[in-house]
Amino acid sequence: MESLKIVSKERTKRLAWLAKIELTEEENDSITIQLNRILESFKDLDKVDLKGVEPTYHAINVTNIMREDKVTPCLKKDEALANGSKVKDSFFVAPKIV
Amino acid sequence: MADTDIVIGLEAHCQLTSLKTKLFCGCSSDYRGKEPNSNVCIVCLGHPGSLPKPNRKAVEYAVMTGLALRSKVSERTAFYRKNYYYVDMSKNFQISMYETSGTTTICEGGYLDINVGPHKKRIRITRMQLEEDPAKLVHIGPIDLSPYTLVDYNRAGMALLEIVTEPDMSSPKEARLFLQKLRSILEHIGVFDGGLEGAMRCDANISIRGSTRVEIKNISSFKEVEKALNFEISRQRGVLRKSERVVRETRHWDEIRKVTISLREKEEEHDYRYFPEPDIVPLVIGREMVERLGRSMPELPDARAERFSREYGIPAYDAQVLTGEKALADFFETCTKMLGEAKTASNWVMGDLLGVLHDKDLELHEAKVTPATFVGMLRMINDGKISGKIGKIILPELVTSGRDAEVIVNERDMQRIADTALLKSVVDEVFAENRKAVDDAVRDDNAVNFLIGQVMKKTRGKADPQLVNSAVKEKVMRLREKNQGSA
Repeated sequence: MESLKIVSKERTKRLAWLAKIELTEEENDSITIQLNRILESFKDLDKVDLKGVEPTYHAINVTNIMREDKVTPCLKKDEALANGSKVKDSFFVAPKIV
Repeated sequence: MADTDIVIGLEAHCQLTSLKTKLFCGCSSDYRGKEPNSNVCIVCLGHPGSLPKPNRKAVEYAVMTGLALRSKVSERTAFYRKNYYYVDMSKNFQISMYETSGTTTICEGGYLDINVGPHKKRIRITRMQLEEDPAKLVHIGPIDLSPYTLVDYNRAGMALLEIVTEPDMSSPKEARLFLQKLRSILEHIGVFDGGLEGAMRCDANISIRGSTRVEIKNISSFKEVEKALNFEISRQRGVLRKSERVVRETRHWDEIRKVTISLREKEEEHDYRYFPEPDIVPLVIGREMVERLGRSMPELPDARAERFSREYGIPAYDAQVLTGEKALADFFETCTKMLGEAKTASNWVMGDLLGVLHDKDLELHEAKVTPATFVGMLRMINDGKISGKIGKIILPELVTSGRDAEVIVNERDMQRIADTALLKSVVDEVFAENRKAVDDAVRDDNAVNFLIGQVMKKTRGKADPQLVNSAVKEKVMRLREKNQGSA
C-alpha cells in the first residue's frame, strides 16, 4: 500500500463531494493514491532554495490590464438563452434550492 | 437598547452603481427593469473561453472608498476564484479577491463612526474587496415552497464592493446605523445610489455571546437588517431558553414572511478552494493613483455635518441626522439657500418632514416633495398666509402628491384669516349664537376661552389664534364697559 499521508480517503470523499463528482469506493481509493503521488512529487519543489525570490502569482509577468468603463453591445436575448436546457418566460430554469 | 451579550458583524455588498458597465465586461450596469437575460454577454453568462477584463473605474471607486474609510490601500492585489456550486453562478465560481500570504484584498482595515443617539461608536472595517454580483434568483412564492428557481443574469457581473466589518455592533439598530452611514459616505463619494432597489445588500453574522455564530443571508436593505436581526435574536433566545443548542448554519431572510429559514450547512472557508484567477493579471495600485484620487475626494458626511454646524449654526446632533443621507443633506442645504436662513429649514426638515417620511415608511427619494415646494410652504408660513399648524396639516400631502402648497391651501380653503374685518364678522356671529356664554364671559374671564374656541372652530383653524384672542377679548371688554355704563 502506498503512503496516504497527505490525502486521506475521507479527504478525497470530501473533495469529490465539493466538486459534485460521484465516486465508487474503488475509484475513491485509486484517486486517493494518485492525489498523494502528485502531491508527493510536488515536494521536490521544497528542495529549491527560494531565499530572496518574490512569489509568483501569475504565469505572465504583466499587471494592470484593465478596460475603460464603456458600454459594449450585449447578446440578443434569444442567443443568451440558446444554451439553456430549460427556459421559461425568458428565465433560465434551475432546480429548487431549499 | 444595546444588549451586552449580542455580537454582530456585517458583510455589506454595495453595487458601484455609478459605473456605466459591469465589473468584467462592457454590459450596461443599467439592468433594472429590463427583460430577463437581455443585458448579458458571454463573460457575465460565464461561457467557457470568455475573458473577463476588470473595469478601471471600479478599481478607482474601491480605492476612494478605502480612503474614505481610512483603510490601507493595497499596493498589490489580485482576483481569485471562489469555488462553489449555486444556481446564481453559472461558472461554479465567483471572481472575488482573497487574502493570503503575499497578497491582500484591495483595502484592509479602517473604520467608520456611527452615532448611537448622542454617542459616537467606532465600527472597525476588516477588509474590502471587489467581486462580481451573482445572477438574480426568482422564486415562485417563498423560497422553500417554490417548485423551481428562475435565473436572470442581467444583474450578474455588476461590480460589488464587499465591505466586511469586525463584530463590533451590539444591536440590530447599530447594524442599521452602520449601513446608513456607509450608504451616505458612498453617495457622497459619488459611486453609489442607495435609492436603487437592491443596490446595498448584506449578510449578517450574529451570536448571542458564548453561543454559536449564525449567518443570515439575503438582507436587501438597511431597513430589513434591523428586522432580520431582531427576528434572529428572538429565535436564538428561544432556542437557548429551551436549553437547546444554536446550530452553526446559514439562514435565509425571508422578506415576505419576515422570518429566517435554515439554508444549508455552513461550509468551512477553505472549502471555497480559492486560487488565483488565471484570466486576470494582478493589479498594482501606485502611489500616484492613490494620491490623485485622494485629492479628488469630495466632502464626506462627517465633514459636511461639521460645516453645517459651523455655517448654519445648527446643533451637532441635528447636523449628523441631516447628513445621514446625501439626499437629505442636499435637500436641507438647497432649502436653506432658497430660504436665505437655516433655522426654519432645519426645524421643519428635522421635526416634521422626517416624521412624515417615517409615518409613511418612505425615503426622501421616494417622496414627491421637492425643495421648491417645501420652501414654497415655508414662505407661506413666513408671510402669514397660513399658520404653522396648517403647514403641519398639509405637509403629508406635499410629501405624497408633490403639489404646491399654494394649490393645496386654495383647494382646501385653508388660507389664514388675517383679514380683521372678516374675523370680526365671525366673532359677531359667535357672540350672537352663544348669548349665555357671552354673559358668562362678561362676568368671568375664565369663560372667555369657550368663545375663542368657538371662533377657531368656525374658522376651521385658519384664523390667527392671537388675532382671535384679542378680537374676542376686546369685544368682551366693550360689553363689560357697556354694562357698567348702563348700571
